[in-house]
Amino acid sequence: MPAMEFEKPILELEGKITELRNMTSTRDFNIAEELARLESKSSKLLVSIYSKLSPAQKVQVARHPERPHFTDYVRGMLTDFTPLAGDRLFADDDALLGGLARFRGRSVVIMGHEKGNDTETRIKHNFGMARPEGYRKAQRLMEMASQFQIPVISLVDTAGAYPGVDAEARGQSEAIAQSIDSCLRLRTPMISVIIGEGGSGGAIAIATADRVYMLEHAIYSVISPEGCASILWRSAQHADEAAVALKLTAQDLLNLKLIDGIIEEPLGGAHRGKDMTIEMVANQIEKGLHDLTPWDSDRLIKKRQQKYLAMGRT
Amino acid sequence: MSNWLSDFIRPKIRSIVGAKDVPDNLWEKCPSCEAMLYAKDLAENLHVCHQCGHHLKFSVHDRLNLLFDDGAWANVPVPTVPFDPLKFKDKKKYADRIKESQAKTNEKDAIIVAEGKINGLATIIAAFNFDFMGGSMGTAVGEGIVRAAEIAIQKRASLIVIPSSGGARMQEGLLSLMQMPRTTVAVRMVKDAGLPYIVLLTNPTTGGVSASFAMLGDIHIAEPGAMIGFAGKRVIEETIREKLPDDFQTAEYLKEHGMVDMVVARKDLKETLGRILDLLMRRNIKAA
Ligand SMILES: [Zn+2]
Repeated sequence: MPAMEFEKPILELEGKITELRNMTSTRDFNIAEELARLESKSSKLLVSIYSKLSPAQKVQVARHPERPHFTDYVRGMLTDFTPLAGDRLFADDDALLGGLARFRGRSVVIMGHEKGNDTETRIKHNFGMARPEGYRKAQRLMEMASQFQIPVISLVDTAGAYPGVDAEARGQSEAIAQSIDSCLRLRTPMISVIIGEGGSGGAIAIATADRVYMLEHAIYSVISPEGCASILWRSAQHADEAAVALKLTAQDLLNLKLIDGIIEEPLGGAHRGKDMTIEMVANQIEKGLHDLTPWDSDRLIKKRQQKYLAMGRT
Repeated sequence: MSNWLSDFIRPKIRSIVGAKDVPDNLWEKCPSCEAMLYAKDLAENLHVCHQCGHHLKFSVHDRLNLLFDDGAWANVPVPTVPFDPLKFKDKKKYADRIKESQAKTNEKDAIIVAEGKINGLATIIAAFNFDFMGGSMGTAVGEGIVRAAEIAIQKRASLIVIPSSGGARMQEGLLSLMQMPRTTVAVRMVKDAGLPYIVLLTNPTTGGVSASFAMLGDIHIAEPGAMIGFAGKRVIEETIREKLPDDFQTAEYLKEHGMVDMVVARKDLKETLGRILDLLMRRNIKAA
């Protein structure tokens, strides 16, 4: 992926800083001073650029390949992760991973999209675009969560459900619809975090939850800005305008009351501080779970239903 | 196909679907076999081609007249939702698109909720109007499904939803995506109340509509040839860089792949629905 255009001044500065550091001993007073000056300039630039990212720029940040992915979160915030595979009907889907794990003392069911981070793993995970098997695995995991009274955490990061012949033949629509229904019938608390890209039906299938949070620069939309532009503007070149019109940023969606909170990213985006991002996400999940515990399953389901029934009324 | 209307029922159907109002000299070309069809004959044949059986577009009102006993039904008012919540504008303002569609269809939005009887049994139908922005689902359509579910439960009636939709109404952004769980809650309430929820899939049913309430029926019936699927054919062709066969995502294809219970010709829909509702709602009839 080419560098994000708007980050170029930052990258240039960062390049200079690295160069200076490598060039000579930082004990040299003049160089140390220059380094300090550049570093402060660089962080000021980061603040100013990242505090006013346009929706189109957020789309780029949300899709940045260096952002922490599902597997990073599993490593960073869970212990005893025990991946569970297969939908018990047809196959396993590596685009949507899940399993049992321990999160800060609690047993949880964790699931989410994995995009992969190099050519080989991207192909293995189908770029995070799940097939019906993925959504049927999610259903199975949610049933198990109900059975054992274990909360569910879902991490959403997908351009959308996979648009392929095999996916259609095996009922992509039905799998997504049933997965939404499974979320709604889940007898334990469910927390979803949009960690990168929340793409349409492929996202909502595992993000119909009691609490839905978004990372500060994540996006969540009914259609990709490119797709929207090619339909409504009849040209994908208008994607930047579509990104504005769709109101797909965390800030817009919180204003529209369609999400429950925003998780701050480190300065300069999640790709500049993976560990810190994972820590912030984990803290928010813990807070959400704390608010929902203890739970009465029937009341929890009722509240979740009411939450979604009200969407669009106000 | 051509002679299914006996002389006995023809006058009744004619009066119900309004064929009598169609001028004699209009004709239409069948999109499938290209036969020239007189509009009047077409209306009498429920907009099904005499030559090849292709099911052409059928208006919501004609359909409701066809399905409800004696063509008698009442409109169920759907509460108004906030107008153009995102103030969306592409080349054109969404607000203007809505107003144009309202003028064109004489309807508030892309869904009509109706109550009446089928086979003597109280039934609520929520039917999509494809002419209203491609039957796309925004908050107003979501509201229609919720209202239909609520009134079905209140009246102990069956719920039939008839989608004909390109998917989510993207001009409402994420709010339109949220209509997927919202309508899923609605049909779940009907199921929890022990009432039948039947989906009659008509051309086309795709995207967010097919991936929510439309695939959650107790029973799925599809009209012959209807396109039903998640992703659009063009999107798939672009992804896999291959041309797809003609029958891909048709009602018949979905039946073959286990996603619908039956493909039923338009002329048989009323009888089929009536029989199913009878079996599900009149569960204990003493043999005569
Ligand atoms: Zn024909």
